[in-house]
Amino acid sequence: MRVAKLNMVQAINLALHEEMERDPDVIVMGEDVGVDGGVFRVTEGLLNKFGSERVIDTPLAESGIVGTAIGMAVYGLKPVAEIQFEGFSYMTIDQLAAHASRIRNRSRGTYHCPMVIRSPYGGGVRALEHHSEAVATFYIHIPGMKVVIPSSPYDAKGLLISAIRDPDPVFFFEPKRLYRAFREEVPEGEYTVPLGEGKKLTEGDDVTLISWGAMARVCLEALKLVKDVSVELIDLCTLSPLDDKIITESVRKTGRAVIVHEEPRTLGLGAEIIARINEKAFLYLEAPVKRVTGYDVPVPLPKLEDYYLPDAERVADAIKEVATF
Amino acid sequence: MPRKKILELSVDWLSILDPEGNVDESLEPDLDKGTLEKIYRTMVLTRLFDDKALKLQRQGRMYTFGASLGQEATTVGSAFALNPDDWFFPAFREQGAQIARGIPIKLLYIYWMGSEDAYIGMPLRNFTIAIPVSTQILHAVGAAWAAKIKKEKIASIVYFGDGATSEGDFHEGMNFAGVFKTPTVFICQNNQYAISLPRERQTASKTLAQKALAYGFEGIQVDGNDALAVYSATKAALEKARSGGGPTLIECFTYRLGAHTTSDDPTKYRQMVEVEEWKKKDPIKRFQLYLAKKGIWSQDYEDKLIKELTAEIEKAVEEAEAYKPGVENIFKYVYAEMPSNLKEQMDELLAYISKKTEG
Ligand SMILES: Cc1ncc(C[n+]2csc(CCOP(=O)(O)OP(=O)(O)O)c2C)c(N)n1
Ligand SMILES: [Mg+2]
Repeated sequence: MRVAKLNMVQAINLALHEEMERDPDVIVMGEDVGVDGGVFRVTEGLLNKFGSERVIDTPLAESGIVGTAIGMAVYGLKPVAEIQFEGFSYMTIDQLAAHASRIRNRSRGTYHCPMVIRSPYGGGVRALEHHSEAVATFYIHIPGMKVVIPSSPYDAKGLLISAIRDPDPVFFFEPKRLYRAFREEVPEGEYTVPLGEGKKLTEGDDVTLISWGAMARVCLEALKLVKDVSVELIDLCTLSPLDDKIITESVRKTGRAVIVHEEPRTLGLGAEIIARINEKAFLYLEAPVKRVTGYDVPVPLPKLEDYYLPDAERVADAIKEVATF
Repeated sequence: MPRKKILELSVDWLSILDPEGNVDESLEPDLDKGTLEKIYRTMVLTRLFDDKALKLQRQGRMYTFGASLGQEATTVGSAFALNPDDWFFPAFREQGAQIARGIPIKLLYIYWMGSEDAYIGMPLRNFTIAIPVSTQILHAVGAAWAAKIKKEKIASIVYFGDGATSEGDFHEGMNFAGVFKTPTVFICQNNQYAISLPRERQTASKTLAQKALAYGFEGIQVDGNDALAVYSATKAALEKARSGGGPTLIECFTYRLGAHTTSDDPTKYRQMVEVEEWKKKDPIKRFQLYLAKKGIWSQDYEDKLIKELTAEIEKAVEEAEAYKPGVENIFKYVYAEMPSNLKEQMDELLAYISKKTEG
């Protein structure tokens, strides 16, 4: 298998190429995904290779994109629909919450809806309003939806392939701040990273640090600031369904946990993780679980954006606080 | 029981000023010299504003920005038809209309330099920029509807692009406006592209104007590079709206001469020859020729104007760059009264900042 050093854009692009090659039912649709190759160039080259019936520049309508993708999925295609920016995914919630996520259950398994919605998300790129938000919480809250966020090029490819092959609707959020942030070795050809499983980025005994997406990288940076604490960093990879096992086992071992997310604090996934820790590891805890999160405010425009986003120092402070409680 | 035609609908095209600045006198609006000069001045200022913004962005002094190069007649011509007490709902490419509405350009720069504080002290009835395409259309319909309910002779105007006509919000807004006969003027800036998607791929309709007919009101297509045509059509639509005649859709047929935004590379999806063709129809050049024929414009006039406007822009940029928003503003405006969780979070952040600056 050939291995190349790729950034996340290239890794996702490669996954799309390979999956479209492998399965003629996979189609890509969205705003500017064809001729333009996507505003982040994630779908570059697909139109030339697979033609305009499988790589579709749609009219400007998010509900239209996702609603028609549902019909395609039910019929037997595997649509991979792009929502250009996370802040425009709100318009898809109706179709996802009212239909995509329920079709299997509503029809008692007679129909199902195997589709992927891809969208960049998150801050740190100095963008316009609605272009810097972390919105996964909305979709995690929809029963029947899966929600996936990679934090590296390797995982991005492997998770996207799994998402495309998954029989249920998956919202696949791409941390746009990491699109070109770094490269790593990504094999060509088939491999998958399973949905529903987190992974340990570091092993440790003192504190469990839980994060995903762009914030997983911030956590890695934070580790350099707390060299005297042994931290087990878990990258959840899939936010729904949540990997209880990896969280529980780690917290039972360390007795201390910090959760880091970019989403606003209230009802962010951190809240659910704490509830599950209470249910499954409460008696092992040696300190209250701490959250480092975005605030309960709209993401500020660029001039104040950095104050909103959790950074390595805030994370390191939290680790120290929990470790020395 | 024959089968017969029960409906025939049509859409007019309006143009008053040709690219050489020749005017159709039968259609020429009655504007005094001062107003003509103001329209010209505002179009030139808009272009200089955009040029400067693009330069600042390249130098890393400003963030993503969508210029309106080539669309100045559409934004400025239409906004000049408004009364100050009409309500104005922009999308994100309406700096021409914002400047025409009297919004200080310093505030526009503050916004595009990345601060919501631009709205502090902005003249009223000029609503916030709407980044999500088409969403503002419903707000404009609602505001006009409110004016109608309150029996006030006030209209609303809303701007959006050709791409916006594909969104559900556009259709819902048009339908509500038709059903409730709201005093709304819909200005569609058809600049032929929605990022990379050409107008022909956005809709199978021959015109965008005709979409109004389906909702039971008038749609007209005007030469969007002709400030007089845009002004006249908007003026008539606003008067109709204020006097109970209901909404109008005005499709301004124009062209985006520049990139979609500073993050866009238009060579991926369009040919330079097309851009060159449209440059010949430049809205500012055409107005300039018209003013020259009227004995208003001369090279001296131009030099003086550019000098004056450039100084105005430099001053605005300097003030905008000097502006530093306070961190508390992240929390202060979310609710009328700050809830306890926000207060805690604000204190947490302020403590973190002071620890950082001390340490
Ligand atoms: C709901 C929504 N979807 C996608 C985008 C991303 N986007 C920004 S501008 C744009 C194209 C808009 O085209 P048009 O309405 O013709 O306006 P123009 O940019 O040409 O002025 C797109 C897709 C957005 N801002 N809002
Ligand atoms: Mg357009």
